[in-house]
Amino acid sequence: MPDGVNTGIGASVKRVEDYRFLTGQGTYTDDINRPGQTYAYILRSPHAHARIKGIDLAAAKAADGVVAIFTGEDMQVGSLPCGWLIHSRDGSPMHEPAHPPLAQGKVRCIGDQVAIIIAESLEQAKNASELIDVDYDVLPAVVDMVGAAAGGTLVHDDIGTNVAYDWIIGEEGDVDTALAASAHVTEIDIVNNRLIPNAMEPRAAIGDFDRATGEFTLYTTTQNPHVIRLLMGAFVLSIPEHKLRIVAPDVGGGFGSKIFHYAEEAIVTWAAGKLARPIKWTAERTESFMTDAQGRDHITHAKLGMDENGKFTAFKVETKANMGAYLSTFATSVPTYLYATLLAGCYTTPVIFANVKAIFTNTVPVDAYRGAGRPEATYLVERIVNKAAKEMGLDPVEIRTRNFIPADAFPYQTPVALEYDSGDFMATLKSAQEKHDIANFPARRAAAEARGKKLGIGYSTYLEACGIAPSAVAGALGARAGLYESAEVRVHPTGSVTIFTGTHSHGQGHETTFAQLVSERLGIGLENIEISHGDTNKIQFGMGTYGSRSLAVGGEALVKALDKIETKAKKIAAHILEASVEDLEFKDGNFTVAGTDKSMAFGEVALAAYVPHNYPIDEIEPGLDEQAFYDPANFTFPGGCHICEVEIDPETGTVDVVRFTAVDDVGRVINPMIVAGQVHGGVAQGIGQALMEGAIYDDDGQLLNGSFIDYCMPRADNVPSFDVGHETTLCTHNSLGVKGCGEVGAIGSPPAVINAVLDALEDFGVEDISMPATSAKVWQAIQDAKA
Amino acid sequence: MYDFNYHKPASVSDAVSAANAAEDAKYLAGGQTLLPTMKQRLAMPSDLLDLSGSGIAGITVDGDNVVIGAMTSHDAVASSADVKAAIPGLAALAAGIGDQQVRNRGTIGGSVANNDPAADYPAACVALGATIKTDRREIGADDFFKGMFETALEEDEVITSISFPKPAACNYQKFPNPASRYALVGVMVAKTGAGVRVAVTGAGEAGVFRASDMEAALATDFSGAAAANVTVSAEGLNNDIHASAAYRANLIGVMAKRAVEAC
Repeated sequence: MPDGVNTGIGASVKRVEDYRFLTGQGTYTDDINRPGQTYAYILRSPHAHARIKGIDLAAAKAADGVVAIFTGEDMQVGSLPCGWLIHSRDGSPMHEPAHPPLAQGKVRCIGDQVAIIIAESLEQAKNASELIDVDYDVLPAVVDMVGAAAGGTLVHDDIGTNVAYDWIIGEEGDVDTALAASAHVTEIDIVNNRLIPNAMEPRAAIGDFDRATGEFTLYTTTQNPHVIRLLMGAFVLSIPEHKLRIVAPDVGGGFGSKIFHYAEEAIVTWAAGKLARPIKWTAERTESFMTDAQGRDHITHAKLGMDENGKFTAFKVETKANMGAYLSTFATSVPTYLYATLLAGCYTTPVIFANVKAIFTNTVPVDAYRGAGRPEATYLVERIVNKAAKEMGLDPVEIRTRNFIPADAFPYQTPVALEYDSGDFMATLKSAQEKHDIANFPARRAAAEARGKKLGIGYSTYLEACGIAPSAVAGALGARAGLYESAEVRVHPTGSVTIFTGTHSHGQGHETTFAQLVSERLGIGLENIEISHGDTNKIQFGMGTYGSRSLAVGGEALVKALDKIETKAKKIAAHILEASVEDLEFKDGNFTVAGTDKSMAFGEVALAAYVPHNYPIDEIEPGLDEQAFYDPANFTFPGGCHICEVEIDPETGTVDVVRFTAVDDVGRVINPMIVAGQVHGGVAQGIGQALMEGAIYDDDGQLLNGSFIDYCMPRADNVPSFDVGHETTLCTHNSLGVKGCGEVGAIGSPPAVINAVLDALEDFGVEDISMPATSAKVWQAIQDAKA
Repeated sequence: MYDFNYHKPASVSDAVSAANAAEDAKYLAGGQTLLPTMKQRLAMPSDLLDLSGSGIAGITVDGDNVVIGAMTSHDAVASSADVKAAIPGLAALAAGIGDQQVRNRGTIGGSVANNDPAADYPAACVALGATIKTDRREIGADDFFKGMFETALEEDEVITSISFPKPAACNYQKFPNPASRYALVGVMVAKTGAGVRVAVTGAGEAGVFRASDMEAALATDFSGAAAANVTVSAEGLNNDIHASAAYRANLIGVMAKRAVEAC
């Protein structure tokens, strides 16, 4: 290692990007100001469902500082596209209603874009917006998705239904037969609550147009700039790639909500072209609450069959998934291929059937949010497993171990399409139990009882799927994009290196983790490695960061590019050292002829590549700059065991998470500190979903908790000091053996929390509680059980 | 935020004159409610009169009374040795308002004049039988709080200080709204020269109120058990997305019991 400091794989290197972030020197989209910049305010619908009869702009256009005002009438462009085509059970393609960036005669949810006001200052734009008179014909709002599925008022008149698709996976007949033959069938009704992402940095976008070159530039808060370039350029605005640059600078958190192509991006880019002036739009927090795609929102009925020993025989799932008012970019894939394919969990359930109906409502669109489908599947499976254990008189751990896929059964083909490559669920369970000090739980419970409190423990043994792939399979299932990743390794003449990755870091620490891969491989220090991402004019191509894919897909692309670098560098070194390539060893940054003291440092080879005086020019080109694209053979499958212990105050219903242990199998760990941070954040979000968060709409489609005054996000004092650990099995189809860690916390934790709450409330006879299990809800459940 | 004129009057009387001279003036104390409201364009004052230069901050102990200047920050009350010695329950209440940034900027006068139905200070004023002193008169706490965001203050009237008589004992228990951390229910119990007083904030549709059944029960038996035995009616309590009226009624009993036990 350089200077004897381990900066390679497995080192808890401090994040190199944090100095910039913690000292306020990051460059976020809103920090960017372009010469001649104007400011945009977007007038949004206050109604969930209304026809626009007319818009009077006269007074607003005359207001101080106003540069231009555009409405849907002015902006006749393509529809914001949906990236995944789902087919219904009858073979018909899903209903894909138009999603115009600016409303075309109708608004379908609060926050829908009605007009953009562009002015010399933001305050002037806001002042002018108050002078706009929109004549709305308010229509009944479709809010309840169960009712919406049945018909009545339509969100989109032209498609004749509120059901976007009615999709199935598995053989219903086989599952019904197996359920009928089961010794016992456990049934559950479950709601997965709607979450509002709330990344720390609100979304922002700056549209810019260079009249001299005809090039558009969009600075935007996205997790995947090339995807935005493709979607917006090809489908919405008809701008070819070579005239459209997308820059995603520092981005302050995404959690999925910044994957999608949003209307504001298209609006400011289009309007910049009209005005030939830069236009900046930055969301206020209120706008984030009502325009960032929201997460989850499923209603499910499920049946789990068992034999007399509690061995699972069949699982049948009926789910309604709320799409909101429009199909957001990846909304359709979330409750199908990212949800129903995970219903086997870590169990050997032999037959599974799922039916998913995606429903339009007059609410903010729903799309992927940290975990995207997998938290919904895990919550369902881990709740029904606990209920089944209770009904069968089995311990919740016992029923799990009886049904685990054994460690020697991999690769394991599930009945719902996926083939798991590796895992050891017994190992993560045992390790978590030990760390959690399960043995002393009874004593802790007795001590809590003596203080008038109820202690409960809950398990979640989960499995999830990351790095969605391969492209060919995803394509066959309806994906409208590839799911590979790219990397370029540009070695500079003096031996420093710039990595261009198609992934995007918005808090994950790629600038450190990826640099560690390079440091390990090339034997150079982190100070000589730069990770570049987030600019379509710099980066060759990329699919971005989501679904815990960056290391498993982007990291592997980097490895393949490094392979090419090493291969070429060896040829150069062999030439100079007058040895054969086969005799060269590359270790700790030096090429050495085996068994001799003849050696060349990596930097010397780099210089030779760019100053090719003594060079095998007949055999290879000058320069040391290699690129690779990598399309994985399969998903990766992280899994693990989360154990939650809660203490409930029966007088107030308050739930305190007093102990939380997570032992995850995320494959090989490159930076343990970064992985721990990802798990901590994910578990905090999972605790938030389980105990605090949930969007509430009234019957008119108004969001009742659209601010931090009313919407409760978890804070530091809501979570305990987490105990996290790893039991590792390697991914078998990438060379790093990595799986993914970004979402495991949010996926595994909610059922552990709710199972713990129900365990604590068992003495009161409470059998069910929905998320979020707020103190008010817990207290009410105790009163209802008493009554 | 709409444009407005900013003034920093050097005295309370200057502030009152300026208020009367302006079209639609607002006094600015700590600004913890007013400024967010203005940023959201929900308020459009023509003039903002910043009271921070008008000499009404500071804490004095005057015999059996603790007198807190209207522009005294929550943090100053929370960390005041005088308040901690004389009325520790009041210092503790102030230490639990908002977060540190709010406590550094927010003031007792601003909080009391605003009378947010879930604010903490109104409970302290009512339970301790405080006197609200203004530029023109003194108003007893029982007569001051008139309902949600309503007080006995006249349009141009400025609170100058609040005088709290030292109680034999007092304690404030807050059950915070998990999102805003305002009081979902807050109960201040005080043993005062005028008997046991119990004030409830956060729960009532009209803001702070005295729990007279609780006071009567505690007057004869000042014990947690006595508080717990009082059946609190849900009538007139808030019922919203955060908590039902029944849950708030329960919390009043539990918080009162805990406050009594902590006295």
